[in-house]
Amino acid sequence: MEKYAVFVPKLVTERENFAPGHRACIGCGEALAVRLACKALGQNVIIANATGCMEIISSPLPYTSWRVPWIHTLFENTAAVASGIESGLKILMKKGRIAQQEIKVIAMAGDGGTSDIGLQALSGALERGHNFLYICFDNEAYMNTGIQRSSATPYGASTTTSPAGKVSIGQVTWKKDMPAIAAAHDIPYVATACPSYPFDLMAKVAKGAATPGPAYIHILSVCPTGWRCAPGLTVRIGRLAVETGIFPLYEVDNGTYRLNFDFLKLRPVTDYMKLQGRFRHLSPDIVGKIQTTVIEKYHRLKAKAITTSEVVKWAG
Amino acid sequence: MAKRVGIEVSLAVAEAAKLANVDVVSAYPITPQTHIVEHLAELVANGELDAQYIPVESEHSAMSACLGASAAGARTFTATAGQGLELMHEVLYVASSMRLPVIMAVANRALSAPLSVWGDHSDVMAVRDTGWIQLFVENGQEAVDNVLCAFRIGEDPRVLLPVMIHLDGFHLSHMIEPVVFPEQSQVDKFIPPYQYPMPLHPDRPVTMGAFAPPIIYSETKKAQQVNLEAAKEVILQCWDEFGKTFHRYYSPVECYRSEDAKVLLLTMGSFSETAATAIDKLRTEGKSVGLVKLRLWRPFPFEEIRQAVKNASVLIVLDRALSFGGPGGPVCSEVRSALYGEDRKPKVIGFVGGLGGRDITPAGFEEIVNRGIEISQKGSDKEFEIYGVRE
Amino acid sequence: MTKPAGMLTWKDLEIGSVVTEPGNASQYQTGGWRSERPIFDSSKCIKCGICYIFCPEGCIGQDAEGYFQADLFYCKGCGICARECWAKAITIVPEEE
Repeated sequence: MEKYAVFVPKLVTERENFAPGHRACIGCGEALAVRLACKALGQNVIIANATGCMEIISSPLPYTSWRVPWIHTLFENTAAVASGIESGLKILMKKGRIAQQEIKVIAMAGDGGTSDIGLQALSGALERGHNFLYICFDNEAYMNTGIQRSSATPYGASTTTSPAGKVSIGQVTWKKDMPAIAAAHDIPYVATACPSYPFDLMAKVAKGAATPGPAYIHILSVCPTGWRCAPGLTVRIGRLAVETGIFPLYEVDNGTYRLNFDFLKLRPVTDYMKLQGRFRHLSPDIVGKIQTTVIEKYHRLKAKAITTSEVVKWAG
Repeated sequence: MAKRVGIEVSLAVAEAAKLANVDVVSAYPITPQTHIVEHLAELVANGELDAQYIPVESEHSAMSACLGASAAGARTFTATAGQGLELMHEVLYVASSMRLPVIMAVANRALSAPLSVWGDHSDVMAVRDTGWIQLFVENGQEAVDNVLCAFRIGEDPRVLLPVMIHLDGFHLSHMIEPVVFPEQSQVDKFIPPYQYPMPLHPDRPVTMGAFAPPIIYSETKKAQQVNLEAAKEVILQCWDEFGKTFHRYYSPVECYRSEDAKVLLLTMGSFSETAATAIDKLRTEGKSVGLVKLRLWRPFPFEEIRQAVKNASVLIVLDRALSFGGPGGPVCSEVRSALYGEDRKPKVIGFVGGLGGRDITPAGFEEIVNRGIEISQKGSDKEFEIYGVRE
Repeated sequence: MTKPAGMLTWKDLEIGSVVTEPGNASQYQTGGWRSERPIFDSSKCIKCGICYIFCPEGCIGQDAEGYFQADLFYCKGCGICARECWAKAITIVPEEE
């Protein structure tokens, strides 16, 4: 993002389409991400949501935190439901049964509902080219059911189904690269975002929503409950994820890679990992392995990027 | 002037959906319903049907996309069979409990393993409890008529429930049958436009699919049950109106030569037409037999069944599905249960037959009836018998 | 006021259990969850609004003079605002004080 449409908090709309009174854990990074995304999306949207943290905390019958039209059905079909809504709106407007207007369909799901059980539906919807924005809120495990691993869980993290133990380091596979999978569908817009960089996130969500055709945004959602970190550090930890190169912020704009923030030097991964209990058990060897891999992947990504937007200092 | 054409039943079903002016078709091909979705794709591609065709990547997504479209206020249609119906199993419950009137034709097919693409009712029996309105048809004309009725019934504001139209895979879906198609103007009058009361739209934001803690879940299910039971009235009215308009009448239970019959055979689906031939033959032999055809499967027509069989002494139920380790034929067990509290009721004898597309000829039906009569006289140490298995 | 779930009969439910009051969760007091609360010092507040941006509840707003304050009806006391405040105008204290 060379320029933000909005760059100070007071220019952001005051309206909360994701109403307070929701039951998210204290310090929930995902709730923050959803709240900011809703700021960027405005009123003329229909949201299809997967089963997961955000669905549960926002819709306990008879209450709802949503001030925009919202539908939840199942865990793995968000992209399919979104496809149906998009097609329904298209034909209803064509047949004149509802007024012509801009209504964007948004699909929201967690990492489980996206890269695991929801992958098929997402791939199908992207391939069919529906006009919708898919946002994956990635808290790196199946958090809503109590912190079970997903394919988005990072290497070495301890979850209840990939626990650290006498003969295990926790998660033994590397995080599935969902943005790359989305980009492989040749869709017009793919981006990663983090609520610790709120204006970048909001600009990307707005851009994704404004893109005709399928768009995919992957948002890192810090989870104090599941990552075992202090709730007040949510924004800080998100920032560290970016500054260590673990979660680079980039866009793929019609196939062109753009790295949004680069750093003269990446922070050591320990700065990020030491604040989280899910990595506490790791030996220096494993941490070293993670460090090497992070640098390697970061440079591979950078090599693909045509332009780099900003080189920034660490905020910490 | 309505013309009578010879047409493959699958294609006729697609033509019926076209007459109903569906808005969204979201479907995945599977034998033996593939011709339905292929023909719909053709109709859309040629501009004969103005609809959005979503070629989804699985049946689970097919039904999910139908949910989304229906919630947005679009008239939706899909078709599936066997394994496909199983794959979308969890979504079926959501469609009915969220009261989204998706209309679906099911070309009934046997379930794996072993793989069988041929027709039986095992796929249907697995979805008994999903809360959908379910109707069976025996021939091509009935298929077309009931697809049209399904739209009117399901989308009725008093109902707002999804509807399945069951037609036997291959035995019906792939047969070329004589069909009279209603005129477009007649259909337009018969099926009112779909108006979902609170569709997803920014003008009036609603939340659909909130989760229900234990303190309220039971209430949501009671509401659903009451609604499905009340749908029966609307179904009867629709069929009545259909009869008046098109001069073909349908009812939840239809009887053939059963009024004075001592022995009754009960069938569902395309079995019924063949069974009727057998009944005629047995009658010429002087046997007091009749046929009861179950058309409305859900909501189950308790009163009509009790009424239809009250004068008989033996009721032979032929199922086309097998409930392993249980009562054998699901239809038989439901009929038995419906009759349990009656003072006067026939002996109910259960048979399972025609599994995996195995054909039963009129002679076969005669054998079943005769064997059923024998069991009613001599008893049997088995709960039910599978007809036609080579020992 | 929305009737709580335990007081609804099956007849009270909308078709398909749809919720028709947008945002009625705002009737629920999440402030009762707190074990710590933020104290906003308006003498230090530079009115940048970063606390408002980073609050997961969306419960921080401006008072009549433009200084930022958390709505204690909702505030869960996570402490993100205190951590992120550029002017160090927010302190976290135990709820009992």
